[in-house]
Amino acid sequence: MSIVYPVTDVTASPGPTPWQTVGPFFHLALPYSAGSEVAGTSVPGRIRLAGTVYDGSGEPALDALVEIWQPDQAGTFVTTQGIYEKPDGFRGFGRSATDSGEYEFFTVKPGPVPTIDGRCQAPHIAMSVFARGLLRRVVTRIYFPEDSLDMDPLLDSLPQARRSSLVATPAPDGYRFDVYLQGDQETVFLDVGGR
Amino acid sequence: MTNQALDPPYLFPDLANSVLRAPAKALVMPPPGYVESTGPVFGSGDVRDSDADLTVHGVGEPIGERLIVHGRVTDTFGRPLSGTLLELWQANASGRYVHKLDRHPAPLDPNFTGAGRCLTDADGNYQFVTIKPGPYPWRNHDNAWRPAHLHFSLFGQAFTQRLVTQMYFPGDPLFFQDPIFNSIRDERARKRLIASYDHSATSPEWATGYRFDIVLDGAAATPFEERS
Ligand SMILES: [Fe+3]
Repeated sequence: MSIVYPVTDVTASPGPTPWQTVGPFFHLALPYSAGSEVAGTSVPGRIRLAGTVYDGSGEPALDALVEIWQPDQAGTFVTTQGIYEKPDGFRGFGRSATDSGEYEFFTVKPGPVPTIDGRCQAPHIAMSVFARGLLRRVVTRIYFPEDSLDMDPLLDSLPQARRSSLVATPAPDGYRFDVYLQGDQETVFLDVGGR
Repeated sequence: MTNQALDPPYLFPDLANSVLRAPAKALVMPPPGYVESTGPVFGSGDVRDSDADLTVHGVGEPIGERLIVHGRVTDTFGRPLSGTLLELWQANASGRYVHKLDRHPAPLDPNFTGAGRCLTDADGNYQFVTIKPGPYPWRNHDNAWRPAHLHFSLFGQAFTQRLVTQMYFPGDPLFFQDPIFNSIRDERARKRLIASYDHSATSPEWATGYRFDIVLDGAAATPFEERS
């Protein structure tokens, strides 16, 4: 098989820069040693959050990159530090590659934050998954099983059969959250605006 | 909102490895929330000045055409995005990555790793010094070669403004057969991935200059003025 696309000559139009896949070779630049440490060892209430990213054949994707962003236990966002400095504190951001079969974070359970128009939501973490073969990221949310999930406007809008894909399961040291890119158990992925 | 004309689709069968990874169900739009409309804030502790120069980390200089790649990062209203972290990775001049899974039988360069990062300044400007990457084969289809490209990752000022993209070079002869470049079906949007040669950025007797401006979509929760 060979591929030939028509070549035309137009001028770029103004507008957002399009997405392109992260490809298979991001490891030389993106993962960093403390990337799993969303909360450092000194942070009370530290838990482990881990999971596997599965493709449509049920195989683990070993070349995916997972990022999370969340507030602290009080629902407050970190606004004063970056991702590389101060690894002992809570920084709200984590980045973990799946080359060992799982992504892994050490973090705290987030506190609740409302929607921008003031409605209550159950506590959740925002997650991005990037991988070879994904031309742009997929975005999802991680919720927690012990919370009042019926009052959450996103979960309430989903068919019951799909809601559970956004809810972590308890694990001895924290929670497990697997991502299914495709198939019967496909995770609910979100359109959060942007690209 | 995701724009089908401007974004690559998840399922693009010409890209063989999209077939088992593309979500099949429709995306769900959540109520706008503060978790997605905020994001990590970066500072000087995140980068060193030398991180923006990919040519100074070896014992000697890397082989290849030395480049100055610069541009401005803005939102869709044209407002500069300051303090935005850019991360860059690329192949060396012979088209080989420093990566255990890269089997292209082209030489590694002991003086070139191919990773860099920098923060945009108060006007949204960034600049990297690097070398021009070579094209490389990748087995997606018969005689498949990636056009020369730089990989860029940007955070913007909110989770919604996150972008991972690739920068290409004008006039690359390999565009016609590349499904990743051509996954952007709107040709005027696709052209935004191509840097322009910038003679004003070219440094006499030293390096050629290219300009690559980047526009991030998606809104941040807090007013722009308070976050700059
Ligand atoms: Fe590449």
